[in-house]
Amino acid sequence: MRFAFKTAYDYDLGLFRDPVQRRWYGGLLAAVILLPLAVPSYLVDISLVFIYGLCGLSLMVLAGYTGLVSLGHAAFLGIGAYAHVFFLQDLGLPWVVSVAMAAGLSAAAGVLVGLPALRMTGVYLTIATLAFALIIQEVFTRWEHVTHGLKGRPVDKPVIFGVSFASDWAFYFLCLAVLIGGLWLTANVLRAPTGRAWVAIRDSEIAAQSMGVHLARYKTMAFAYSAGLMGAAGALFAHKIGFLAPDIFSVLLSIQFLLMVVVGGLGSLHGALYGAVFVAMLPVLISEARDRVPAWIGQVVAGLGKDAGAAAYLAVDRFVKQPGLEPGIFGLILVLFILFEPLGIYGRWRKVQLFFSTFPLYKRATFRRQKSYMRSERLR
Amino acid sequence: MGCIYGLVALGFVLIYKATELVNFAQGDLLMLGAFVCYMFVVWYGIGYWVALALAVGIVALFGAALDRAVLRRVIGQPQFAVVMLTIGLGAMFRSFASITWGSEIYTLPTPFSAKTTRLGGVAVSHEYVAIIVGTVLLCALLYAFFTYSRVGVAMQAASQNQLAAYYMGIPVKRMFSLIWAISAGVAAIAGVLLAPVSLIDINLGFIGLKAFAAAVLGGFGSIPGALVGGVTIGLIELFSGAYLPQGVKDVAAYIVLLLVLAVRPQGMFGTVGRKKV
Repeated sequence: MRFAFKTAYDYDLGLFRDPVQRRWYGGLLAAVILLPLAVPSYLVDISLVFIYGLCGLSLMVLAGYTGLVSLGHAAFLGIGAYAHVFFLQDLGLPWVVSVAMAAGLSAAAGVLVGLPALRMTGVYLTIATLAFALIIQEVFTRWEHVTHGLKGRPVDKPVIFGVSFASDWAFYFLCLAVLIGGLWLTANVLRAPTGRAWVAIRDSEIAAQSMGVHLARYKTMAFAYSAGLMGAAGALFAHKIGFLAPDIFSVLLSIQFLLMVVVGGLGSLHGALYGAVFVAMLPVLISEARDRVPAWIGQVVAGLGKDAGAAAYLAVDRFVKQPGLEPGIFGLILVLFILFEPLGIYGRWRKVQLFFSTFPLYKRATFRRQKSYMRSERLR
Repeated sequence: MGCIYGLVALGFVLIYKATELVNFAQGDLLMLGAFVCYMFVVWYGIGYWVALALAVGIVALFGAALDRAVLRRVIGQPQFAVVMLTIGLGAMFRSFASITWGSEIYTLPTPFSAKTTRLGGVAVSHEYVAIIVGTVLLCALLYAFFTYSRVGVAMQAASQNQLAAYYMGIPVKRMFSLIWAISAGVAAIAGVLLAPVSLIDINLGFIGLKAFAAAVLGGFGSIPGALVGGVTIGLIELFSGAYLPQGVKDVAAYIVLLLVLAVRPQGMFGTVGRKKV
């Protein structure tokens, strides 16, 4: 069993819990920096994980910490991406200024959505953000002057202060730097009064209001911060995919972002990153499984007889090659997580951690959910 | 068209009223209903009316099973969990439909196809008449059910206060399953009615998004509100298609939705109050 003895007040205020944790994070950073040497051919995929990590961070602030669930975050990503490309390629602004302005514009859009959102709670807000995303997607399609409509719009490789980031490894480090910047900023905001106010709003709006939290101001701030982060992620995303089209920023992408925070674990920054890894890697895993599972099942069934094995192989092969299977698997994973592990991967990790740190004394009941009855949010 | 929105919205409202869950998979249930009916009519050659009844029955059973197996576990959890859950379920249904029935587009032959009646100088095709008549009948039926039947009143009680209803001896769990069955059945009827007008494919379910606008406009939790909301949304779409620039038609429903939420979040007929601590 390990006890964290606190010998200074700084331990409570610091970014890391104790020196041990700081060393772990230092090691992680070193590992991520050395990663390009180990897996040079996967750099592009890992850059996408970093960008998704930023998106997850953004939604985590809103959904995980403030309790405002948005189904329209793909719209903010799109606003960031299109704004960045417009500023960079049509107006010829420098890269850093362009990203900053894209993030700012996205944040402004966030405020715009956030303002009416103050009057609604829970699921109404989700529906409103969904409607917003659908409208924005239509705007992307129709506003051809800026977005080039359905034809799509190619994006150049990033050039910052005259240095080209065209190569894979340079882009990898660019994404990594932005992600670390975003993480650092978010972690700091969250342990400041602002972040605490957000958490208070999530846990009970009424209680937060009674403690003097200005609901309207803090909710708008959460929206602006989240959308701004999403805008910055959008700028990187534009460079990553290299070609913008309106149908990229669909509701399905928003759902994927939500999947990310739920699977990762609501209410933790770790969760956003776990979720990003999961969502970015899942399509790869699925396509791997597509190739292997039929042969595998064929072999198993072949124990019953050769013809049965071949038949099973063909049937399973036809089944897994169906194009509609992938969203279904996403849906299934989402459902299973909500039902069996609402705290996500991070929650499971915490349980494993607790099991080992309190080894002989661990009790399942620690995490057992209380029986709860539905209390109406409507008043008669 | 407005009536279809109204019907789907009705499904949302029923579930919301009873269990305070918002079912994002409603549109996908509609799609399942349409596909099942199509399967019976075209593949097995069963008559339209029997197929309709079968489709509604099957989808209703499916809804009840869904409640038993999945949604019962999340009652009392934050609403967010349910939203995610039903989104996940919707994605699974779409995937299932595309595997079972393929991603082709089908048309459903009906007894009313390609017939029109002249009504005051305007030609109205029978498909639309069927939609309108079906909607009105269904609404009247549901209204009567909730107001006059014993089970309907019990459902209302269960929705207002689960615990108190439980103490009164109402089988709350069974009520919830029943309400899911009814709601899924309504979705199936909407799907079957819609099928001749629009075509059947796996993206039929996206009509559910517009039905949201209808439900919110009418106020979540109000049965007449859902219908009025649906018809209003249908009319707004029609007129914005005729008088406003191209492209507005597709998003008109969502713009209205945002406006309504910003100005009067409880909708036209809704009741909203502050939760007491």
